Amino acid sequence: MINSFLHSLSVQQRVIGALLRREILTRYGRNNIGFLWLFVEPMIFTMVLTAIWSVRRAGLEIPVVTFAITGYPIAMIWRNSVSRSKSAISPNNALLYHRNVKVFDIFAARILLEITGSVASFFFLVMLFNFSGMIQPPEDLLKILFGILLTAWFGAALALVIGSLAERFEVVNRLWSPFSFFLFVTSGVFFLVDWLPPIAQKYILWLPTIHGVELVRDGYFGRLFNTHYNIAYLSFWNMFLSLLGLALLRQAGRNVEIS
Amino acid sequence: MIFVDNVTKRYKTRAGNNTVLDNISLQINKGEKVGILGRNGSGKSTLIRLLGGVEKPDSGTITRSMSVSWPLAFSGAFQGSLTGLDNLRFICRIYGTGIVDKIPRVKEFSELGTYLHEPVKNYSSGMKARLAFALSMAIEFDCYLIDEVMAVGDRRFHDRCRYELHEKRKDRSMILVSHNPKEIRKHCTVFYVLNQSRLRRFDDADKAYNYYQTI
Repeated sequence: MINSFLHSLSVQQRVIGALLRREILTRYGRNNIGFLWLFVEPMIFTMVLTAIWSVRRAGLEIPVVTFAITGYPIAMIWRNSVSRSKSAISPNNALLYHRNVKVFDIFAARILLEITGSVASFFFLVMLFNFSGMIQPPEDLLKILFGILLTAWFGAALALVIGSLAERFEVVNRLWSPFSFFLFVTSGVFFLVDWLPPIAQKYILWLPTIHGVELVRDGYFGRLFNTHYNIAYLSFWNMFLSLLGLALLRQAGRNVEIS
Repeated sequence: MIFVDNVTKRYKTRAGNNTVLDNISLQINKGEKVGILGRNGSGKSTLIRLLGGVEKPDSGTITRSMSVSWPLAFSGAFQGSLTGLDNLRFICRIYGTGIVDKIPRVKEFSELGTYLHEPVKNYSSGMKARLAFALSMAIEFDCYLIDEVMAVGDRRFHDRCRYELHEKRKDRSMILVSHNPKEIRKHCTVFYVLNQSRLRRFDDADKAYNYYQTI
């Protein structure tokens, strides 16, 4: 039994690896603008935010560039992985003709690639801005890594949930866009929890996304402000969404119409 | 051997459940050539997909003790922006075989020449069919599932397909699905007719064909 499990595991690894290479080629392809875009988009955002804030919030006690760079790229980790997983099945539908390729593998390859890309983009930007002297090095790298890990886990789990639901219900596909905007705006990209009035803090901390961003910011420049996050709370959300996502995926896998 | 035991498959439609296969059983031995006849929409392709493990039956079991190909008719799964060679690499990786030794054979059979390095979206439909078939022949199986593979391509392509499948691999099992009885009569020794979710077995081509005419 353990042998057949190991065999299945190695098959799955192989399949996900093959799908990953295929995704890389189709997504970032041979004309490399797609790959470049991964870095350019958060960079533009960071710069625009920096430009606006330098004017409006002059005299703010926290460094604006550091604030921007620990917001948008972190939110991109979960946002990109969900938006890519929404359309994971239909273009790859025919691949399911190969017995070894399962719906889970297609999702896994997409999510892995998206998360890796967003995380790489974050670190690339941090290094770039560090070398150019626009930001200071981080205070606690481990906290940052942990925050990214939890956010990535959140992104992967949410991608499974939304991806499987969108496969079955078109309305989920449509509603994701406003919903993701809501999650994005409330995830702390534009504010620190500490700036909010206590009553608003209480409610905003119900949302899981903000905990990851605050944790990353605590790691980067937590000395400069009061952070509000709860690792156990975010982990609980992650576990819940993971289980829900896997259950929904199982359902979706059964219902996929193979063209 | 493939052993199909009391398999039922239904699809959800707006008018309720549509039972495509109702409690069918069959057994395919090593080296056996099985032909499946049936009208359009009688469930031939569903049966092939179940045999290939692409879909799961709603009840009953399918046991495979030999390696079974994917359904060969399908020319899809080509991502337009990938080249023919990328697609070959992908297939080889999925099935865990070497790639380098496959390239010359695929090149030779598909007759794509330098187009093997072009994105598939630039291929003609004939080229796609040739690539699809060449890829199917790149991985060796004990049993081939063939779903109307001869529906596309020109005469020369058909002759080459026939040679690859029925001459070079005549020791393998084959399950041939078609609504063209001539094709099945020529290559098969066991015949099934699929009608109204039921499968009927015939050991004689004429009997199978006569029954097929009456439905």
